[in-house]
Amino acid sequence: MAQLDIAQKLSILADAAKYDASCSSSGGKKRSSVGGKGIGSTSGGSGICHAYTPDGRCISLLKILLTNSCIFDCHYCINRRSSNVRRARFTAQEVVALTLDFYRRNYIEGLFLSSGIIHSPDYTMEQILEVARSLREDHDFRGYIHLKTIPDADPALVTRAGQHADRVSINVELPTRDGLHALAPEKSETRIENAMGFMQTAIADGADARRRYRYAPVFAPAGQSTQMIVGADTANDRDIVARAGRLYGQFELRRIYYSAFSPIPDASAALPPRRPPLMREHRLYQSDWLMRFYAFTPDEVGDAADPVTGMLPLDIDPKLAWALKFREQFPVDVNRAPKELLLRVPGLGPRAVQAIVQARRWRRLRLEDVGRLTVSLKKLRPFLITDDWRPISLTDRTDLRQLVAPQPQQLDLFAG
Amino acid sequence: MRVVRLDDEDDFDGWRTAARALAAERVPADQVLWQIGDAPTDLFAATAGTALPNRSLTVPKDFLGLAASVCLHRDPQRFSLLYALLLRVLVQPHILQDRADRRISVLRRMQQAVGRDVHKMHAFVRFRELTEGEQSRFVAWFEPDHHILRATAGFFVNRFATMHWSILTPEGSLHWDTRSLTEGPPAEKTDAPGDDPVEAIWKSYYASTFNPARVNSRAMLKEMPKKYWHGLPEAALIPSLVAGASQREREMIARLPTTPRRMGRRPDPS
Ligand code: SF4
Repeated sequence: MAQLDIAQKLSILADAAKYDASCSSSGGKKRSSVGGKGIGSTSGGSGICHAYTPDGRCISLLKILLTNSCIFDCHYCINRRSSNVRRARFTAQEVVALTLDFYRRNYIEGLFLSSGIIHSPDYTMEQILEVARSLREDHDFRGYIHLKTIPDADPALVTRAGQHADRVSINVELPTRDGLHALAPEKSETRIENAMGFMQTAIADGADARRRYRYAPVFAPAGQSTQMIVGADTANDRDIVARAGRLYGQFELRRIYYSAFSPIPDASAALPPRRPPLMREHRLYQSDWLMRFYAFTPDEVGDAADPVTGMLPLDIDPKLAWALKFREQFPVDVNRAPKELLLRVPGLGPRAVQAIVQARRWRRLRLEDVGRLTVSLKKLRPFLITDDWRPISLTDRTDLRQLVAPQPQQLDLFAG
Repeated sequence: MRVVRLDDEDDFDGWRTAARALAAERVPADQVLWQIGDAPTDLFAATAGTALPNRSLTVPKDFLGLAASVCLHRDPQRFSLLYALLLRVLVQPHILQDRADRRISVLRRMQQAVGRDVHKMHAFVRFRELTEGEQSRFVAWFEPDHHILRATAGFFVNRFATMHWSILTPEGSLHWDTRSLTEGPPAEKTDAPGDDPVEAIWKSYYASTFNPARVNSRAMLKEMPKKYWHGLPEAALIPSLVAGASQREREMIARLPTTPRRMGRRPDPS
């Protein structure tokens, strides 16, 4: 086979990495290249999307695999051992050079490096580690680095990876143990969760040491995240939300990414023939926000799902679905209701709620005031009371869903 | 009528000094004319208010943050709107917290528009490498919507401290030599290098990281509106990448305007 040049390798190894949904460069420490020998800075807050692909996804990091060869045979994965895809492998120095070349031109703000497993978990982890080490030590690179760690690698290697990386992650892959067993037979939920537990401890210890000694090494100051594939196994939305709730609680994850199983070339026969609607993934992200920013418990999100199928509605968002189910909680008085109740109003986000709470300390709010804080009043109106507005009782309304749902023709789906 | 001459489009310090003195005398907002540079005034009865006393006034802490951003907005009324707000804040300090107030919400929207412009400039500046003898200089052409060039300098200095770089815009330019920042005159797009060999590699990355099974032009266009495309090498690929997708997506892309509009004549994006 002819030698592949950098651009050819890059297209193979970026293509192989694109099914991973995370590309965030948020969190962690604030750094600057002033006074250093290299380039790179981080904001410590939310990251920058330097470009968007036509699928609407953000590019903030160079997201690639070191190699797409793999000794494992996970059915959902384009890189699995039995796939006929063309293989390529970067050297550590090629990845370093590419990262710096892209960074200097302001195309990216860091690197997200993962790899298929070659030879052994330890060997693979060492290769990944070498890229991060060289960027940090040889080039004094101060941009963002996210490393995917290998569940079965030696903890000493994982520890060193975490000292170079802003964020580390291991994908839990499937929402249920059975799903993982069926589709990723060489992986184990226990080993994955043990590795996540190890990193959680290392992150906490690192942060704690930093508080005591200014020069103590930190471990992944931007924390850890994970990803679940949606629609490749039989788990329903309620299962997924429950698992997410447990993962957030157990491992203090910063983020969980949901990746709608995407048709891959040369797919395995063990996979469902059809992909899930992308809207399903979107609804799961919305349910994730409800848990992280709106104080919903996983059970409450689960209540918004269909009692029989356990699936969240596709035509309306889970917050609206919850409100329609628990309509006796509404309408909510913007001039009096506690913050937690305001957050339950469909169409009111945390910023708007904050603004309402601040403004009402000084005066009473009218409907047009609320209108200036939100995108649209149409969805809100049935759910709130202002000085000059009171909707008719929601429990009396049969046309409510029709009134607030974006696709009124699906009214007949409503059972509740 | 008082006339205040500010040094520059983004002269927040000048505005602050003048506003402080005028507000101390409670000069009404409609009695002040804010001017930039030596532009002639058509108000011949105007008296220039150059020697203003330096007074201190107490304002709520986020007022200055709001004012510093709004001063960069391209709306010619910005200095006057801010001064009117300052007078109001002195009587009703809590008004800033009331985002539902009509005038506050106008200024908060201006602040947001400036914030978004700054963020997009951080994101969408694309450097091209220019070899100057032994040295490399990284040069970018960018057209901000608002007067934000100086306000973004800190970000690029922090990020690229050890590089030599220049950012050229229609309103002025910035040059960094690893130690200090200098300002230069307005530039033209043709002053920036026309190509960089790394762009071809970047474009092959952009094309490969896109998943055609998930095409969603609406989401892409919301965050990367077409007005930025002419500065982004990868954007040239979008039509062909989307061509593989559904008819609806193709039509959505085709319907949008392609020609970038010049500074100062664009409709407000927000
Ligand atoms: S371990 Fe499984 S998911 Fe990871 S690259 Fe190999 S086959 Fe793919």
